[in-house]
Amino acid sequence: MLKQDYFSVFGLPRKLAIDTAELQRRFYALAREHHPDFHQAAPPEELARVEATSALVNTAYRTLRDPIARVDYLVRLEEGRTTREGAAEKPKAPPALLQEMFEIQEALAEAKTGALDAATRARLSAQREGLRARLKDEEARLGASLSARWDGAAPAERPAVLAALKEALATRAYLRTVIDDLAEALGEDEPSRREDKRVAHHRH
Amino acid sequence: MSRIIGIDLGTTNSLVAYVDEATGLPRVIPDAEGRPLLPSVVAFTPDGIVVGEAARRQLARRPADTVYSVKRLMGRGHEDVKDEMRFLPFRIVPGEGLVKLAVGGREVTPPEVSAAVLKALKERAERHFGEPIEKAVVTVPAYFNDAQRQATKDAGRIAGLDVVRIVNEPTAASLAYGLQRLSEGVIAVYDLGGGTFDVSILRVKGGVFEVLATNGDTHLGGDDLDRVLALWLLEDIAVRHHAELDRDCVDLARDPEAMQELRLAAEAAKIRLSSEERTTLTIPFAGFTYRRDITRAELERLVEPLVTRTLGPCRRALGDAGLTPADIDEIVLVGGSTRVPLVRRRVQELFGKAPHSQLNPDEVVALGAAVQAHILAGGFTNMLLLDVTPLSLGIESLGGIVNVLIPRNTTIPTSAREMFTTSVDGQTLVDLHVVQGERELVKDCRSLGRFELRIDPMPAGMPKIEVTFLIDANGILQVQAKEQRSGKAASIEVKPTYGLSETEVEQMIEDSFTYAEADVATRMLIEARNEADTVLVHAGRALKQGADLVPAEERAAIEAAVAALRAARGGDDRERIHEATTAVNRATEHLAEVLMDAALKGALGSRRATEILGERT
Ligand SMILES: Nc1ncnc2c1ncn2[C@@H]1O[C@H](COP(=O)(O)OP(=O)(O)O)[C@@H](O)[C@H]1O
Ligand SMILES: [Mg+2]
Repeated sequence: MLKQDYFSVFGLPRKLAIDTAELQRRFYALAREHHPDFHQAAPPEELARVEATSALVNTAYRTLRDPIARVDYLVRLEEGRTTREGAAEKPKAPPALLQEMFEIQEALAEAKTGALDAATRARLSAQREGLRARLKDEEARLGASLSARWDGAAPAERPAVLAALKEALATRAYLRTVIDDLAEALGEDEPSRREDKRVAHHRH
Repeated sequence: MSRIIGIDLGTTNSLVAYVDEATGLPRVIPDAEGRPLLPSVVAFTPDGIVVGEAARRQLARRPADTVYSVKRLMGRGHEDVKDEMRFLPFRIVPGEGLVKLAVGGREVTPPEVSAAVLKALKERAERHFGEPIEKAVVTVPAYFNDAQRQATKDAGRIAGLDVVRIVNEPTAASLAYGLQRLSEGVIAVYDLGGGTFDVSILRVKGGVFEVLATNGDTHLGGDDLDRVLALWLLEDIAVRHHAELDRDCVDLARDPEAMQELRLAAEAAKIRLSSEERTTLTIPFAGFTYRRDITRAELERLVEPLVTRTLGPCRRALGDAGLTPADIDEIVLVGGSTRVPLVRRRVQELFGKAPHSQLNPDEVVALGAAVQAHILAGGFTNMLLLDVTPLSLGIESLGGIVNVLIPRNTTIPTSAREMFTTSVDGQTLVDLHVVQGERELVKDCRSLGRFELRIDPMPAGMPKIEVTFLIDANGILQVQAKEQRSGKAASIEVKPTYGLSETEVEQMIEDSFTYAEADVATRMLIEARNEADTVLVHAGRALKQGADLVPAEERAAIEAAVAALRAARGGDDRERIHEATTAVNRATEHLAEVLMDAALKGALGSRRATEILGERT
């Protein structure tokens, strides 16, 4: 079990559409089977193994129940990057957004040097709302149409779909960073979001 | 499997419970007098250590040697407790790192103080079962960090208990409820005790108790309510009694005994105001008696900010669980401070529904600990608890930034693996700094410790050291490292930032035999002497204040009784001390009444009668 990927832990194919109620049912069953609580009388080495298995089941569930984390994991799995080395890659600006971002970055740099005037504030605020909507769209696209494309892809089409998934993930990460930067510049820090950002990818 | 007991090691009160095989229900074990709660107070006396009610009763008389609320100091460093210690009457040993107390002419660590409480409960259970007990499940606030959990485990070892599982208090409470009255659904447990606040959101389904998120504040509880009230009273005393205070050159704030009296009186008044709309505080100080009425509304104005502080963690827990208040099916209240009406109102407002409190909020955590103990012993096989780690775990990376390995609210056990290498040729040591917390910078997080990995020398960048961080079912971190090329396990030296080393724990286990707990006879003698001291202080004050209010022969009778008690107290005869104490009590009964009367009249005289009568209706 310890060598299995998260999908096979739950006996699932490498597909992005997952029935979460069924996933939860399987998780509870596996959690019961492997939880250290029920192996207290086991010798230490076996208990350690049970603990490791239990940890794997927990992480696998946490990853697969969330549609975005699920895509992120699939991409890493397909690329053979399930153990992370070093720091996470810095999200790059997607080419489609470059022009727009240039403007925002400029305003942000301005904001760093001095106080924001009311007009700039309003503009940044509006831009942030726009980016938030875009982030939502991007996440919806990742979780729905792109995920469905992966599930329906023939083996030969997979590399292309994988690239599309990766790009969407990078766009999402980038949008989140900029939204947070904007919030910071506007003095409306979003601490919970900031923590999420720090929470790098799941690894195992 | 041998018997496992469940222990609620509280800031204020501790309890021990077990699951009754016959009924399948958890039960609290009371002491010989039938009291379920053991006050978490430990007195270091010349005759030995005294725990519980007897220690609590000497709080105001021997403030420097009587330790209470030590849970607030568990696993903490000097920096953390600076603010706290201003209000605690015992002395702290100056230094760095782990906090040590100087009490009863020796130095003790918080785990040793907690061990004294655990030992008393262990003995209580041993008397109950008539057999030795070696294993326990002990509860901690869900929001306790690694060091605080480790300190609790150490306390168990010092007390001669193998702590087979650390369980989070709100989760334990949900187990107790789950066994008895909870239906399936999503529940929120709101636990406000003496020193800590926790909130946990759980999904209960088919015997599985899955914690979705937890949050809290390990420095917020009933003690803080007492403190704001006591400080407010202190100001009021300064205003109303400045004449007496100036005359006697007294600074109450610097008088530990007076402050302790004040704190205890404040707590008692706070508790009365949970069931009454108004109450009268009477505190006898050396040169005068302070007396005032206080209403529930006044108390609520004072504690409002503290109560409001609990709502932030509630919202964060909901957010982390991805839920809104409307998604919560039931709310469970735990902890003595949830009896405060304002707390109930605020909780009800936040969640939009009335909370549950059928089970005794004082006992429910201990009952849950017993349930978990029974699960571990193989007794309950259908219940499964899936708890989470409350704080994100990370390692220090370049520039003092935290690299998060395990995010908060991850189901435990959980693990993360990370690869490390060297940056210098021939480097044999890799130093990892592990922290816990939600902030981006290492300096704003809690340092757990340093792990030094030793490896064979190789060119820079060649070693591939795989480090596994495992948070076990207790919420405690274990670290393993392996050099991948050689396949050799790297040796790890752990340097806990705020913990005890293995050798220190061993030493304390030994010490605990040297400084044994006072035996039963000594304990009862100490108790009798304590009682005598209290009565002597009160009688002395009454005589001083009311000398001319009673006839000379009554005064003489009191003086004789007092002299007899002083003589008895000097000896070792518990019975005699007891009788002499009762005699003084009887002799001063009338004088006390007269004094009370005078105080009341004094109050009447200083204000217009209508004002008082008006307030009374
Ligand atoms: N009726 C009450 N009204 C208000 N506070 C109370 C009441 N009863 C107990 N408390 C407070 O509850 C706290 C102790 O609660 P408890 O759950 O035993 O704490 P802990 O678990 O931290 O030991 C104390 O601060 C005490 O003053
Ligand atoms: Mg408690």
